[in-house]
Amino acid sequence: MTTPLIRPKRKNPVLRTRQMNLPPSGRGRVALGLTAAAAEGRFELQACADCGAVQYPPREACCKCLSVRLRWREQPGEGTLLSTTTLHHSNDLFFRERLPWRLGLVHLDAGPTLMVHLHGEVGDEPGPVRVGARLDRAGQAVLIGYPKNGGAHMADDTMLREMTSDPKFRKVLVTDGKTEVGQAIVRALVKAGADIVWVGHAEPWKKLGGLEDISALPQVTLVPLDLTNGRSVTELAGEIGGKVDIVINNAEVHRTFGIGARRGTDAAKAEMDINYFGLLRLAQEFGPALKGRSADGATGATAWVNLLSIYALANFPPHGTFSASKAAAHSLAQCLRAEMRPAGIRVVNVFPGPIDDEWNQHVPPPKLASGTLANAIVKALRDGIEDVYPGDVAQEWLERWRDNPKVLERELAAGGT
Amino acid sequence: MTETPISTAEVLGNFVQALSTGRIEVIDLTQTLTPEFPQIALPPEMGQCWPFRIEEVSRYDERGPGWYWNNFSCGEHTGTHFDAPIHWISGRDLPNNSVDTIPVQHFVAPACVIDCSEQAKLDHDYLMTVADIERFEAIHGRIPKGAWVLMRTDWSQRLDPEAYQNFDETGQHTPGPSAEAARFLVEQRDVLGFGSEAIGTDAGQGYHLRPPYPCHYYMHGAGRYGLQCLSKLDRLPPTGAVLICPPLKIERGSGSPLRVLALVERRA
Repeated sequence: MTTPLIRPKRKNPVLRTRQMNLPPSGRGRVALGLTAAAAEGRFELQACADCGAVQYPPREACCKCLSVRLRWREQPGEGTLLSTTTLHHSNDLFFRERLPWRLGLVHLDAGPTLMVHLHGEVGDEPGPVRVGARLDRAGQAVLIGYPKNGGAHMADDTMLREMTSDPKFRKVLVTDGKTEVGQAIVRALVKAGADIVWVGHAEPWKKLGGLEDISALPQVTLVPLDLTNGRSVTELAGEIGGKVDIVINNAEVHRTFGIGARRGTDAAKAEMDINYFGLLRLAQEFGPALKGRSADGATGATAWVNLLSIYALANFPPHGTFSASKAAAHSLAQCLRAEMRPAGIRVVNVFPGPIDDEWNQHVPPPKLASGTLANAIVKALRDGIEDVYPGDVAQEWLERWRDNPKVLERELAAGGT
Repeated sequence: MTETPISTAEVLGNFVQALSTGRIEVIDLTQTLTPEFPQIALPPEMGQCWPFRIEEVSRYDERGPGWYWNNFSCGEHTGTHFDAPIHWISGRDLPNNSVDTIPVQHFVAPACVIDCSEQAKLDHDYLMTVADIERFEAIHGRIPKGAWVLMRTDWSQRLDPEAYQNFDETGQHTPGPSAEAARFLVEQRDVLGFGSEAIGTDAGQGYHLRPPYPCHYYMHGAGRYGLQCLSKLDRLPPTGAVLICPPLKIERGSGSPLRVLALVERRA
């Protein structure tokens, strides 16, 4: 059984804050296929389309028949632990700071033999084990050997916490608490054991309901935050930036216009001002603070979550300007991810389909419930996932977009969803 | 008494001297433009007035080593601002109805200040009545033609934006003139315009009056002006103050943020 994580003691303020040394992060183009799948929470290996062999490590050709017709296929990860090794010394700076570190050799039922990081609940005796892929602090896929049946606190494993961004005992900023989605996220974080949840609210004179219920939770502190106002962002970052471990940017403006349905650019500007420039303002102010604390103990700064939209991938013309603003935000989030990577801060992009709110009133179901979205965000943090497509609509769009973006563009232009 | 003609230089000379001795006091009736100052809020599906936003261009730094300056953005009706007749549909076809064409003489004019602060303290939806105006005139004399009428409510002393906006689930609750009072001022007193300390010249619940937003409707329909988000009206005498309030010269502008100054003569 994993020892449950206990609330870390307050930090000794006279000690230097430990800085991040990333684990080895070099990967070839082929090996990045493993990372691409792990970013969405899947363990995939190359399978040969000709002879069926599953291989590891990733290569350009099949190790059995030399065919180049290799396809990434999701793996169940069932296997047998052959041996374990405990590192007590390493010249790599990341591992050197985290010794001892256990590794295992696993023979997968699917064929290949792999070296994996071992979960603490996996014993040293040879036996059944389940292999999964996770992104490490460098954002690259690594393989992990899990116990066949994990205990209640298996997420608290020291090695696993290095790979994930569990909100437990962490301090989180949710940028907009005035929406149903924001309030659901706050509730999910509190349930997940977050230590403090700062909840932003703009334009305090506009009463939208639900904020009082949230602020009654002992973990919650309301903070004035208006992403359209640079000074508001700067001030909040000055006050709490050095304590925030996870930023969840859910603030958004959603209007339901294409180009022709609305004269002028005011609605589109309002969308861009929050959805795109708001992210930029937030990232400029909170990004450096998070980067400075990414190796700050067991509950250091760890993740940044952006609430994007599946419309960021392909424009949904009835919500055309909203789609464009989310596409811009998606592009900027990729930039943020690249800039946060050297510090080991994970940038999680969430691409929901239509959320069940007033701006999607005319969109037929299925629509994503705010609670489902909130749970998907917490799950992504716990599982170390980088790209999240919560709900059936998002999954379907993603599949169609991957299959053929041009076909999807035509379908959406024809009014189909 | 016979009038002795005096030269222009003499009038302005006396004026300048009165300013320098403090005989004439200059009072700033303007709210500071800050991002925190609330803007008028309409239902979210409608077009919105931009709040005041400001961003540094440079501050003696790599973006401009020797100088400090900002870019700012706002709407025509952000902060302490002037409403031109073209702002309202009732005034849209009048001549000289936008800020760039209004005769500049109108930007310097006397003001009468009707104190409704006690009523507004008790009733946030207080509507100034014709009786209030007549009571004022019984003491201070008839409101002269071409004067501003300012409704003092001390609403500007609500420094918290939430209290200043004063919304509940039925909307905004701020004082303003009744439909009858607005019409009376236009038709019976021929005023230059109406000024308020709240966020609009009309009351927060003005949409439910007949006609909706009567002060906007009657004032602008008759080519008169509005001033809103004024402050420090408690520092003005009931009569005798002169307002200096030129809006920005925006082509076909419906209004503009502006600095509103009051000249008040003090006893020697």
